[in-house]
Amino acid sequence: MTHPAVEIRDLTFTYPDGRQALRGVNLRVEHGQRVALLGPNGAGKTTLALHLNGIYTADSGSVQIGDLILADTSLAEVRRRVGLVFQDADDQLFMPTVRADVAFGPANLGLRGGELDARVAESLVAVGAADLAERAPHHLSGGERRRVSLATALAMRPDVLVCDEPTSGLDPAGRRELVAVLRGLAITQLLITHDLSFALELCERAVIVSGGTVVADGATADVLADEQLLETHRLSLPYGFNPATVGKRNPGA
Amino acid sequence: MAAAFGFVLAVALTPRQAVWAFAVDAAALLAVIRLARVPARFMLARLTIIVPFVTFALVIPFIASGEQMDVLGVGVSREGLWGTWNILAKAGLGATTSILLAATTEVPAILHGLTRLRVPPTLTMIAAFMIRYLELIADQLRRMRIAMTARGYDPRWLWQARPIAASAGALFIRSYERGERVHAAMLARGYAGAMPPLNQRTAGSREWLAAGALPLVAAAMAVAGLVVAT
Amino acid sequence: MHAPDGFLNAGTAVATGVLSAGTIGAALRQTREQLGDKQVPLAGLSAAFIFAAQMFNFPVAGGTTGHLLGGTLAAILLGPWVGAVVVTVVVVVQALAFADGGLTALGYNVLNMAVVTAFGGWAIFRLARRLLPDTAGGVVLATGLASGLSVVLAAMAFSIEWLFGATAPVPFDTVFGAMVGVHTLIGIGEGLISGMAVGAVLAVRPDLIYGARDLDRASAARKPVIGMRGFVIGGILVTMLMAVVVSQFAAPDPDGLERVATDQGFADSAADHALASGVFADYATAGVANQTLSLAIAGTVGVAITLALAFGLFLAVRDRRRESSPPSRTPV
Repeated sequence: MTHPAVEIRDLTFTYPDGRQALRGVNLRVEHGQRVALLGPNGAGKTTLALHLNGIYTADSGSVQIGDLILADTSLAEVRRRVGLVFQDADDQLFMPTVRADVAFGPANLGLRGGELDARVAESLVAVGAADLAERAPHHLSGGERRRVSLATALAMRPDVLVCDEPTSGLDPAGRRELVAVLRGLAITQLLITHDLSFALELCERAVIVSGGTVVADGATADVLADEQLLETHRLSLPYGFNPATVGKRNPGA
Repeated sequence: MAAAFGFVLAVALTPRQAVWAFAVDAAALLAVIRLARVPARFMLARLTIIVPFVTFALVIPFIASGEQMDVLGVGVSREGLWGTWNILAKAGLGATTSILLAATTEVPAILHGLTRLRVPPTLTMIAAFMIRYLELIADQLRRMRIAMTARGYDPRWLWQARPIAASAGALFIRSYERGERVHAAMLARGYAGAMPPLNQRTAGSREWLAAGALPLVAAAMAVAGLVVAT
Repeated sequence: MHAPDGFLNAGTAVATGVLSAGTIGAALRQTREQLGDKQVPLAGLSAAFIFAAQMFNFPVAGGTTGHLLGGTLAAILLGPWVGAVVVTVVVVVQALAFADGGLTALGYNVLNMAVVTAFGGWAIFRLARRLLPDTAGGVVLATGLASGLSVVLAAMAFSIEWLFGATAPVPFDTVFGAMVGVHTLIGIGEGLISGMAVGAVLAVRPDLIYGARDLDRASAARKPVIGMRGFVIGGILVTMLMAVVVSQFAAPDPDGLERVATDQGFADSAADHALASGVFADYATAGVANQTLSLAIAGTVGVAITLALAFGLFLAVRDRRRESSPPSRTPV
């Protein structure tokens, strides 16, 4: 395996109204890694995520997923390889039933009939939502919606999973279920989150993005232990939480 | 769905003099309602939607022109009475059918039925999205109103409605922006402009036969009524 | 305004159905051209907004409340083609899934509530903007006028349909008078709320308003100062004027006008007997003396509506032709 799962080189991007969102981001993620993307609001984390599947096009720099460089011609395949789970599940669940939503992605890839049904079933089982197939998305609870969104992304069998604030709005049980699901997935994961204990629990590596660039990149426990770093970039640990002790109690994840 | 349309169409075409025809139609409809096990109270409650039009229909004999006759000492138009009966019968049967359709058919099935009836798929897709997001947006609206009320806003007159209108504007912006995010989500899952075929259930021949009974009864009544009238 | 089955005869239902289907078919093509592959999510979400907005109730007077129709608002925000499609979806789903409006009445319900309000309202809007200053305030005022009048247009359209396809012997002028009178009042509310709503959108995202795309950011940002009292008083004056004018025709036997008719010899001319039979439903007009007048009003109103619709459609088509070259902004 010569290519990393994700390689971002010198990515810059300015919004149409003039605000510069990304000022040269460099990031390299190996296969199977779970990386937490941390940073203050407005740092550009969501913008960065939307570059990974070509929703936004950078002003300069490049995005490479596996052996494929992101370009107009490779757009469709890149979108298959990168599964994006949006911050607001309602933006992502737009079909009348859960089944239709999960089927949407693979159907666009060309799956039909029995094959399509099988893929839908497989994705729903993976997130523990098989019993929700005939339900309407607007009648689901927050946690159920989040898991179904995840299923819609997984149905494309992506190589890389990018989640934008996956634990926001979840109650403790929902959070626990999500952690279990993500831990069980053997694919490369990029998790944008404010939830630092979630980051520590799932990700061996943490990257801080602030002001449009990467300002820190290292083992999660180390990054979180650097109080000065956290404070500069408007991050703070949950009260009473000591990353040093956590790391020692749960070696590896 | 074709059955519902057919039934209402046949009812609409029935000449109004054939009162007995409408009675048969009504009986048939009641039978279907019974079969579908829709509670009567529910149907009656939903029927109130045609109350304003019923009121208008009831007023007709008093304001209509044409040959007058005496009912309880009040002069009413004969033609007007027939007109009222016509509207009440057709609107009543039509509304009941619609309510029955709405009550027994899930929305995705209604939309799928439309596509099968050759309605352009773009229209049905737009309708599907509308229905999907309606509750969400209506809920946002409700919460905006609650927030305003909580801050002591209690408008009684039209010119005090500015904050309400402003919240409508804000709601439009939020809805539109969500539309753009949904589009991004569709692109992320490979959308290229046309909806891919998802496995959908279509009606079997048995269902067509069963459903066809109702409009056939009404059509027979309409034809009979027309024949008798001539 | 969601008429149930049975109000108008089958012929009218079919004719209006064909008209609506044709217009909306064309509108669908234009929507695709204008929005590209964003059409489904954007139109869908906008339709949800319009549906929700129709459920809004805003205060009118004392404890009474009113509801929005939203056809012209949709046209001004999204453009007349998209607006027409959006309101059509709302009306159709209301009939099918909520039993609000008869299934056989869809032809004229869609025509009145979607086509007439979107295109007729758009025509009035463009005319108003030409006459008003090219500022945010101008846009708001134009929106208010167009939305308010569009409701009246829709009521007039229904009256014309009644002329052709009435199922009860209520004379055209009575229906016309009642419908137009009531809807002029409703129009005040619709106009005010629509205008203020557009004002709110202008303040935050002027780029989202199709009817104001020519406004540069500077003038859009300047907050419009609209005298609320002024608008309401103006609206009431217009209503009173319309009531006075319309009531002349609504009375079944207006003495003044009948005298004129007899004096001029209209009442006895063979011509109006010929006019009376034929296309119009047997009951649609009142007694012989009034037939000519009814037909005259109907004719004028019909021409007015047709002109408004035609102008709206013409503007819409011309705009689309002009815009069909540049590709969409976002590269994907």
